[in-house]
Order: sequence, then C-alpha cells, then structure tokens
Amino acid sequence: MLNKNFYLILIISLVFAISFWIGFNVNLLPAEASINAPIYDELFKILFIIGLIIFIGMTIAVIYSLFKFRKRNDQIGDGIALEGNLSLEIVWTIIPSIIVLLIGLYSYNIYDRMGGMKELNHNHEMMSSNTEKIWAGISQTSDNEIAINNLSIEVSAMQFAFLFNYPKGNFISGELHVPVDQKVSMKMESKDVIHAFWVPEFRIKQDIIPGQPTILNFTPTKVGKYPIICAELCGPYHGGMRASIIVEEESDYNEWFNKNKKPEVNL
Amino acid sequence: MTISIDPQKTNNESLQPKGWLRYFSFSLDHKVIGIQYLVCGFLFYLIGGTLASAIRIELASPMSDFMPRDVYNQVLTLHGTIMIFLWIVPVVNGAFGNYLIPFYVGARDMAFPRLNAVAFWLIPPSGLMLVASYFVEGAAQAGWTAYPPLSITTPQSGQIIWILSVLLLGGSSIFGGINFIATIIKLRRPGLKLMQLPMYCWAMLGTSLLVVLSTPVLAGTLILLSFDIIANTGFFNPVLGGNVVVYQHLFWFYSHPAVYIMVLPAFGLVSEILPVHARKPLFGYTTMVFSIMGIVVLGLVVWAHHMFTSGTPPWMRLFFTIATAFIAVPTGIKFFNWVATLWGGKISINSAMLFSCGFIINFVFGGITGVALAQVPFDIHVHDTYFVVAHFHYIVYGGTVFIIFSSIYHWFPKVTGKMLNEKLGILHFIITFIGFNLCFAPQHWLGLNGMPRRVAEYDPQFQFVNQISSLGALLMAISTIPFLINVFLSVRNGKNAGDNPWNALTPEWLTSSPPPVENWEGEAPLVEEPYGYGKEISEQK
Repeated sequence: MLNKNFYLILIISLVFAISFWIGFNVNLLPAEASINAPIYDELFKILFIIGLIIFIGMTIAVIYSLFKFRKRNDQIGDGIALEGNLSLEIVWTIIPSIIVLLIGLYSYNIYDRMGGMKELNHNHEMMSSNTEKIWAGISQTSDNEIAINNLSIEVSAMQFAFLFNYPKGNFISGELHVPVDQKVSMKMESKDVIHAFWVPEFRIKQDIIPGQPTILNFTPTKVGKYPIICAELCGPYHGGMRASIIVEEESDYNEWFNKNKKPEVNL
Repeated sequence: MTISIDPQKTNNESLQPKGWLRYFSFSLDHKVIGIQYLVCGFLFYLIGGTLASAIRIELASPMSDFMPRDVYNQVLTLHGTIMIFLWIVPVVNGAFGNYLIPFYVGARDMAFPRLNAVAFWLIPPSGLMLVASYFVEGAAQAGWTAYPPLSITTPQSGQIIWILSVLLLGGSSIFGGINFIATIIKLRRPGLKLMQLPMYCWAMLGTSLLVVLSTPVLAGTLILLSFDIIANTGFFNPVLGGNVVVYQHLFWFYSHPAVYIMVLPAFGLVSEILPVHARKPLFGYTTMVFSIMGIVVLGLVVWAHHMFTSGTPPWMRLFFTIATAFIAVPTGIKFFNWVATLWGGKISINSAMLFSCGFIINFVFGGITGVALAQVPFDIHVHDTYFVVAHFHYIVYGGTVFIIFSSIYHWFPKVTGKMLNEKLGILHFIITFIGFNLCFAPQHWLGLNGMPRRVAEYDPQFQFVNQISSLGALLMAISTIPFLINVFLSVRNGKNAGDNPWNALTPEWLTSSPPPVENWEGEAPLVEEPYGYGKEISEQK
C-alpha cells in the first residue's frame, strides 16, 4: 500500500512539475506593450498552469485506466460492482468549487487592477455631453488625471476603417499616434455596424457599437507600431479592417501633433 | 399508463410502408424517426463539413484568394448554422432521443407520435431552404449569430430565409422537447422510478427543459429582427432608435443554453456507453443526476459571457464570470465520475470506447479553456478570436461529435442487427483524433497572438500555423471515408450481432436487434438497475 501511495505521489508531483515548467517557460502571448499586458499575462500564466495540471492529470488517468484495466483475452465477467463513493465525490465537488472561487476572486482582482471596475469616465472637458450615458468599456487605474489632456481621442469606426479624431488639435487621423507611458482615453462610436477595437499587444478589446458610445482607456508602455484589429464581423472586408497604433516618445508625438494641429484635416 | 397497445395506432402502423421505404415516409414509429433524424443530420454534416473544408482552404493562404469575400462570409454563416441546427442538435436530441427514450422508460412509442413525425419533417425542408438561399441572392452573411445592424444591412433575402429556416428548426426542437418531457414523465412503465432511469433520460429531461424555456426567446427575437429587415421597424436598428445590445442579450439567452442542448445529451450518451464497455456500474448515479440539473439551472444564467467586450456594465461582467466559472463544478463532477467508472473495470478497447475516451480528453481541454474564457480580463483579449473558435470546437466537435460517433458504434448493432467493422472503426478514431487536435489546438495560439475569427485574410506571420490547422481539417475530412465504407459494408455484410452483443443491461438491449415495431414482443421489462454490472453476473448466468 505504501508503495502504491508512493507512485501516486510521484506521479502527482511530476504532473505539477511539468505543468509549472511549461507554464513558466512556454510563452504563447505576443509582446507586452501596455500597462494591462503584464497584468493579463500574470493571470494567463496562473490559469495556464492550473489548466495544465488538470488536463495532464485527467489524460493520464484516462490512458492509465484504458491500459491497466483493459480486458485481457482470457478474462470474462465484469469489473468491480462499485457504484460510487460519497466521500470521494464530496472531495471532487469541494476542491473544484474552491479552485473556481479562488480563480474568480483572483480574476476580479486582475480586472480591478486593469481598471475594469473604475467608473467609466471619458475625461472630456471639451465635450458638452457630460450627461451622456456611457454603457461599457474599460476605464483604467489612474494615479492622477493627466492635467492637460491631449489624449482624449474620439474613435469612429465604419465599414471598413477606423478614424481617430483629436479634438484638442482639431484634426482627424487614420493612424492612432500616442505618446509612451501616458494614459490615453478613447470614446468610441460606430457609424454603421458593430466593430471592435483590439490591440493584441495591449491585451485590450472593446466593441464599437452604433448608437452607444463605449470607452476604452489604456497606457502604452513600449515604443513601436502595433496593429489595431477589428474583431467583430462587420462585412465582406472585415478581415482587412486594420489600422495602426504608433506609440512614440513624447517629443516625437508632440512634433506629430503640432504638425497636424489646426483646422487642417489629415486623412 | 399507455402500456397497452393502442388499437388505433396499430392500424396506422400496418398502413406504414415496410422495408427501407419507411424511412422516407411520415412514419410514426419512434425508431424510424430516430434513424431519419440521424441520416438526415449526417447528410447535413457532410454539407457543413464541405463548407468547413472551403474555409480551411481559404485560410491556407493569408490572402483572400479562394472565394469572394462575401461568399466567404456566407460559407462561415452556413457552416455554423448547419452544424448547430441541422447536425448536432437534431442528432444528439432527435436521433438518439427518439430511438432510446421509449426503450428506457419502457414505452412502445413517444408520447405524441404525430408531433414527433412533424418535428422531424420540419427539418429537411428548412435545411434545404437554407442551403438553397445561396442561389437566390446569396445566403445570409452575418454569421450564425446574425448580429444587427450587420444582419439588417446585408442582402435581405438570404437573411430572411435564414430566419425562417432557424424558426422552423427551433419549432422542431420545441416539439421534440415537449415530447421528451411528456414521455419521460408520463410514459414510464409502472414500477419504474425516476431514479432508476438510465442517465440519458435525465440528460434529455434537462435538455428538453432548456429547449422549452429558451428556444421561444430565440424565435421571438428572430421575428423582431425580421420585422426590422422587411418592415423597417426599429427594435434593434440603431438608426431608428433600436438597441443592438438588446438583441445580443436575447440571442444568447437561447444560444448559450444551446451549448448545453448540444452537450448534455452527449453527457447522457457517454454515461450509457462507458459502463457497458468497462463492465462497471456508472459511478455516482445520484451526483450525476444532480450535476445535470445543476448545469441546467446555471446554464440559464450565464449568457452574457458572450458579451464581455460588448455593452455590458462592470457589475454584470463580474456576475456572469462567477456564474459561468461555477458551471465547471457540476461538469467536473461528471468527468471525474466517468474516469471513476473506468477505474477497476474490464475495459473492452473498441471504437465506441475509444471515441468516448477521446471525448473525455477533448472536452476536458475545452472545459479548461472555457473556465479561462469565463474570466472577464482573460476574455477581453481573446474574445472574437481564433482562441474562441478553438474552444468551442473542442466542446462541440471534440465533445459532442466524438460522442455521436461513439454512439453510432455502440448502437449500430441494435438498429441493424449487424456489427460494424472494428478495424475500420479504430482507424476512423485515430484519424479523427489526430486530425481534430491538429486542426484546432494550434488555433488557440492564433487567437492569443492576434488573429480574429471570421476573417478571410490574415497576417503572413500566421500562415504556417494556419496551414497546420488546414492539414488537420484535411485529415478530419478523410476520416469520414473509413466510417462511410464501414457503415455501407456492415449494413449489408456485417457480422451478425445477435440481440445483445455487448451484454448490456439497459432496456433497449433486452429485446431483439433490430427491435420489433412495438419494441417488445410481450410486456416491457422492468429494469431497476440499468448499470448493475458486476453484481448481477450470477443471476444472469
């Protein structure tokens, strides 16, 4: 009996070890380029490891049973008449419940750190529509609101393009330029069908809905050019509905902003 | 109850065509209707599979080069609609439910045989209508979800035909659901208690409750959508003050339970198959029943997890996260119980058993990604990407379709009196299992790294992984060949099965194979222990 338990413990430790090793060494995610990304990747890693433990464990149990309890040619008759085991079933009701509850609480914490539970404010002093009801989106943890905010951007989506309106500069751009390490606040609305704004490197996504503005706030952390992808089926050219977000140093951003400022329209 | 033979019905029965022609008639025999569902569903599976192959051919290269973009959207819409409404739902509910439930409750037919036949005969015309809409003005192209405003602005005839077709299929589903509930509750043989029923009855009871509670909501929603399309009303059309998010709530109020309508019957079927081939009682009968009912209740309050990136306020996102994640608990219980059923058995490793074990492994994988997807912050990144596509194919293909095949290997001898060829069956399993995992496992990576779903074109960096996936799809297409050869050869020349080739204890095996029209020559047997393996061995001998 001791021997049996020893092997059981050995196998369980191996499953854990393998799962942790894979969890920490296999990276399935793209580059991290916003404040949200490392928080997301932390959650991903935890879920990945728990998932691996359960999946590898269950797979081993199934394959082992098939091998160990397979019917040999000389065997007749049935297996043991075991109809259940209450304590075992209580164990595998309670343990998964606890795991699920902990994952739920943890993901609440992650979501809060991403700013999901913050009030949906758009920080638009220029806009007259303060009373406008904002339905949904992701706000963001902000240590303090950026005093002079050039970074209130209005996004409009249409088949099959994104347009970025910089009200402070009074111009519209087809590319989204933002300075690195500063909070960006976007109010988004669609002109026709539902679209979605997704930047995989930022780990954020929000649908852009006709008739209901949505909010998306984020803080880029890495200079570079990233794709903005429409993630909601919006018509024949849905797959081609792309734009770019260009994260640049503040000086470069200001240069670009000042070049485009004034009534001129850059399309 | 209606155990005695209804003379009216026997008269009708004698007027029914005999032989293979009865499968093309308005037959009232639940066994004929079950086979009609199965074969009809399988034909649509071949159509849906052809469409899937077209999708994978298109995605073998990053450019949109195989078909026009709007045709691609029609193909993906029809693929989803056909696979859900014409293959999986009719087969796991209609086909196996009709064939097995009357046996399991000890009845000679379903409670409402005519309603049953009507429910089946709604399916072929609506399916044909759906496929034919391609030749009218192009089929629907707003995805199987038909989100407005896209569904309002795309060509109208295709969308309207799609709505009519789904309404008819939903009606068929409701008729079936009512029939199953009535049969299980009211037609039980005297002396047969609810807690003695085979697990598939419980699964079908739960499923039918979901069908009856949620399908009418879909029907109402689609009728409103059709008004928006043809009568310029403004229920969902934002131009006229409608609200597109309301449509999503109503749609998913049906369409999330629809997932359970697709998997709960499969849970029931695997609970019948595993004990027979492992020669052991089903582990934890009572907890299995309670977990089915738990899934039914929870399944009704999780729909908004499909809308985490849509218009949902934060508190709602959290509620649906917790509710969704908790479905993993009753589902997990079932999987642990199935593995415990295998444990200590005398397992025959045959096609039915292999497909069932493949189901367990695939579904556990899909369940784990499901718990991850239930977490709002996780979902926000991967929503509407190939990660989701991979997840739900692990559930509905790796889960339910594997069980459909397992069930066909298990009950083929019952229906035909002939055995399927085991070598071809195992070959079928191996190709399907490898092809399936090759096709869908890499798609998780695609989704995480930035490939949205429902696109005809993608970044060149994703080409290699997409080609692996397409190769897997090719294997899945090839895997149907040994299966079809097997079925056609075995129907004619298969080894004679005898009445009970698996020595099973559930009631459908306690009659001849194939069974007589009235199911039993005499009284229906009272089966108090459908899973009494191991202990009744002495009595049997």
